[in-house]
Amino acid sequence: MTITPVTIAFAIMAIFALGGGLGVVANRNLVHAALFLVLSLFGIAGLFVLLEAPFLAAVQVLVYVGAISVLITITIMVTRRIMGITETINRQWPVAAIAAALTLVTLGFVILSQFSGQMPVADVPPDTIARMGAAFASHQGYMLPFEVASVLLLAALIGAIVVARD
Amino acid sequence: MADVFTTIYDWLTGLLAGWGASQLVIDLVMGLLGSIITVVYLLTLALVIIWVERKFIGRVQDRIGPNRVGPWGIFQNIADVVKLLFKEIIIPKGADLIPFMLAPAITVASVFLIWAAIPYARTLIGTDVNIGVLYLVAVSSLGVMAILMAGWSSNNKYALLGAFRAVAMLVSYEVPMILALLVPVILSGTLRVNGIVEGQGVWYVFSMPLAALIFYIAQVAEVGRSPFDVLEAESEIVAGFHTEYSGMAFAMFYLAEFLHAFTISAMTATLFFGGWRGPFAQQYPTLGIVYFFIKTFLLYMLNVWGRATLPRLRIDQIMSFCWKFLTPLALVLLVLSTLVDKVASILLEDVVPNYYAAGSLVEMLPRSAVLLSVNLLVGLLAVVWIARQGRKERQRLAALTSPAPIERQAAR
Amino acid sequence: MIPLHWYLLVAAGLFVLGLYGVLARRNAVAILMSIELMLNAVNINLVAFWRYLAPEALNGQVFAVFVFAVAAAEAAVGLALIISIYRNRQTVIAEDVNMLKW
Repeated sequence: MTITPVTIAFAIMAIFALGGGLGVVANRNLVHAALFLVLSLFGIAGLFVLLEAPFLAAVQVLVYVGAISVLITITIMVTRRIMGITETINRQWPVAAIAAALTLVTLGFVILSQFSGQMPVADVPPDTIARMGAAFASHQGYMLPFEVASVLLLAALIGAIVVARD
Repeated sequence: MADVFTTIYDWLTGLLAGWGASQLVIDLVMGLLGSIITVVYLLTLALVIIWVERKFIGRVQDRIGPNRVGPWGIFQNIADVVKLLFKEIIIPKGADLIPFMLAPAITVASVFLIWAAIPYARTLIGTDVNIGVLYLVAVSSLGVMAILMAGWSSNNKYALLGAFRAVAMLVSYEVPMILALLVPVILSGTLRVNGIVEGQGVWYVFSMPLAALIFYIAQVAEVGRSPFDVLEAESEIVAGFHTEYSGMAFAMFYLAEFLHAFTISAMTATLFFGGWRGPFAQQYPTLGIVYFFIKTFLLYMLNVWGRATLPRLRIDQIMSFCWKFLTPLALVLLVLSTLVDKVASILLEDVVPNYYAAGSLVEMLPRSAVLLSVNLLVGLLAVVWIARQGRKERQRLAALTSPAPIERQAAR
Repeated sequence: MIPLHWYLLVAAGLFVLGLYGVLARRNAVAILMSIELMLNAVNINLVAFWRYLAPEALNGQVFAVFVFAVAAAEAAVGLALIISIYRNRQTVIAEDVNMLKW
């Protein structure tokens, strides 16, 4: 297998993503866990760039790193308990570990048996973003899901404000 | 001499290819060179613009400004940098070390990253990503996380409070900024920054002045400059989220703020004022960079002028200004202008053959006229509405603070 | 070029890490962070399949955009709920919110 720059970039981004995920799950200090989540999200944005979906990479940084991570970090800082660091793993962690391991084995088996060595079928057309924009506004496209998602976001906005008020 | 940049680029790549470098190495070296040149010139520029700002603010406030270190005080900034270099970075006890050290770096990085997608001339741009505008917005939102990290890792209540206020303000002003940013994208039909500049036969500030104003105000709030500088507020919350920083770490925040102010002037110039466009800029790309920097400097001096003269707003005034005025205004403007634009294109189909033309002055005039009238109408309505609100507020305050009960009865 | 199964394995690894985090962490905010990890893993999967198996169709990217929107909405509401619970019960440990248990 040849080591091209794309391979190196993929390795770095994958290490960010998986390492950040490990940090989220295993860190006792919650704010550190949130920072590891930011690292993981950056790695995933890098993976999107490698997958030739720059629009999604920019949206990932804008929405996840710029907004959701900030929300999570503020919530952690507001709901901090002053009385020492309690246990971060609950009593059923062996069951959780077994379930996770089984899921990983199953997924790995399916992936390696079905898609091992699959290469891209074709090239990405250059005007993907324009076509996506047109698709979001056409009847035969995705206009209805777009409007429904807007209503969902509106409901979430109002709901969050109402629930979090005094 | 018409196209200095392409000449230099071709000469350098020819040199590298002559030394036997593969295409990959050439791309890597040219990219690295471009990044290093950008960072170096931005840092040098920071020294110059900080000096200009201090002299200008001094003159506005009827004093001279720094004039000791070197003729007209031009070495004042170098003296400042040397002092900050030698100052100790005091790390407070109980501070979280890694976020504490990372936060200034991420703040500076998020400013430098913006310059990768801004075109200096027709042939000189860092990287013309086809999501240019979205990239600019995404990178600007990185600074928010850095502020939170700085405020929390300082282990200081006031820093944390300052960080919360700063984050609330920054996240709120992203909304009208993005809404106003959609206007150049709609008018030119592309997300590429160079595409937006090339589509400005008539500068977008002349066809949609209200959108340009909303964008500029929201960007000034994003940076945290006067009148929105409640983030640092030297007279109020100590120093906000960078209270505990000293020495080079503080210098990074200081540098990032000035550079960010210059960067938003560059963004406004690119998106609304035609960027590198000007007389003969298409045939002689070298002229483009001159026009670009003139426009950026003028917009930056506008920002400095605001900083020198306007008082600071309170945080609750800032938030209500954003959510109760700017965002509805931006939404109404966007919806109304696109609606009128579409209707006009249908009505004027016979009179004007190519309504959606972009790029040349004459062809864009009908559309610009239509949009300008919509903007002026919405602006007029907004001013009338503000005047009415102001009058109601003044009447309410007069009724509350009048001296005697009899007058109060009469006023009601 | 990078074969497809590398991307799928990274996504599977992230998903499994998120799954473990949801099942094993006590703090409600940590559980939410793990849910975000799982949603991101799904996104990587969608975009990888789009790129490798059907680049001319738009479905993959559009689906990923909708996953972004839903994840953002769910994170906002979830965090608002956690803040509200913290105000009333002074705790964010998921086990301690057990008034409806028999």
